[in-house]
Amino acid sequence: MRYGVLALQGAVSEHVIYLKKAMEKMGISADVPEIRDLKELDGLDGIILPGGESTTLSLLLEKEGMLGPLRNVPKIFGTCAGAILLAKEIVPVVDGQKCLGLIEMKVSRNAYGRQLESFEAPLDTTLGKIEGVFIRAPGIEEVGAAVEVLAEHNGKIVAVVQGKYLATTFHPELSGSTVFHEHFLKL
Amino acid sequence: MEPTESTPKLKGGLAQMLKGGVIMDVVTPVQARIAEKSGAVAVMALERVPADIRAHGGVARMSDPIIIKRIMEAVHIPVMAKVRLGHFVEAQVLQALGVDYIDESEVLTPADAEFHVNKSKFSVPFVCGARDLGEALRRIDEGAAMIRTKGEAGTGNIVEAVKHIRAIHREISALKTGRPADAATRMRVPEALVLKTIELGKLPVVNFAAGGISTPADAALCMQLGCDGVFVGSGIFKSSDPAKMACAIVEAVAHYNDPKKIAEVSEGLGEPMRGMELSDIPPNQRLAERGI
Repeated sequence: MRYGVLALQGAVSEHVIYLKKAMEKMGISADVPEIRDLKELDGLDGIILPGGESTTLSLLLEKEGMLGPLRNVPKIFGTCAGAILLAKEIVPVVDGQKCLGLIEMKVSRNAYGRQLESFEAPLDTTLGKIEGVFIRAPGIEEVGAAVEVLAEHNGKIVAVVQGKYLATTFHPELSGSTVFHEHFLKL
Repeated sequence: MEPTESTPKLKGGLAQMLKGGVIMDVVTPVQARIAEKSGAVAVMALERVPADIRAHGGVARMSDPIIIKRIMEAVHIPVMAKVRLGHFVEAQVLQALGVDYIDESEVLTPADAEFHVNKSKFSVPFVCGARDLGEALRRIDEGAAMIRTKGEAGTGNIVEAVKHIRAIHREISALKTGRPADAATRMRVPEALVLKTIELGKLPVVNFAAGGISTPADAALCMQLGCDGVFVGSGIFKSSDPAKMACAIVEAVAHYNDPKKIAEVSEGLGEPMRGMELSDIPPNQRLAERGI
């Protein structure tokens, strides 16, 4: 079993720690490699796309030639910027920004506004309670029929799953709970 | 329960999201767009880059709000801006503008010779400069959510940045051997902050390098020395091909442990900023000495 965290930019170490904790709880012992280039994608069972800046991540993935091959990783979990990467459509369109198009959803960048509008709020998700940490968070504006909504906050969708692809607009890796990381491993 | 805003977790959290990234100084919306397109994780909106502040002389202040507003409109990535040391009204102005981060910066002319801004009172998170562990912990105690090692801004010379990164690491290691209470007294910070630093083995907030980074190899050097990311001030828009230099530094930071990659991105970048010897700067013009 091989799960990694995309480590080109963003909150990487946080996800490594949470994924290891989730594995420990589930009795899995495995390393969590940081993935920076194409070769390291080989043989991965799953990868986490962390929070960071989506334009930066998209550019670095493209330069590394990883956008295509990333689609072949069986399971992907994207948080915040990672969720943007998983989407089929991003609004507003930023010149040259690419996404993987693996989840039938339309996301808007900085849906709540700037840093002053960042917030924490307790969330009731279908996976259980979790502290939602929203930092310049994107918004999930629309989802397709194949998408299951896991959580909403104030009428906005904040967590979804479609098959083996999981996405949250908040940061489970800062929440104190590994419930989403455990769910990802079980997908 | 109502949602909570401006908590330490949210302030430090944004810095965590910037890790592994490059924050670029920009003076116009056009430069801001170039920075964003080149992969910057954030921009620092300024009237003049540090090299020009140095050359220009006089009192360097917070930028004209119109410059900051235009840059905020031009890009989707976070926008930071600088205030003078201790100038809490400039900080109030930047907060009113809604910038994403405030840099209380020694690059501008200090406004208060005694006190820094009481950063805990603000909703916008702050980044502050530090040359050593005492400075870093004092700034964190005042509410800074991110630290940048100072280096010597506007010189294009990495030597001071390296000195400050190493000083902080050396002092954190040394904490293990002494009495935490003594270290706290010496550095004028609460003992709890010293204990937390010992427990983590690193600063309790994200730490970027700054001051003199002019090439992809400079940026990767700071990363290999253990920084979480880099600020590039004059190094990009004072080079002969800013877009190319910006992209190259972004890639070098992402792949900082891959010399082949750094070699590849360093090829044919044109002239980096000219830079200067530290010994050519009179002591009273050293920016890092301000606000300790």
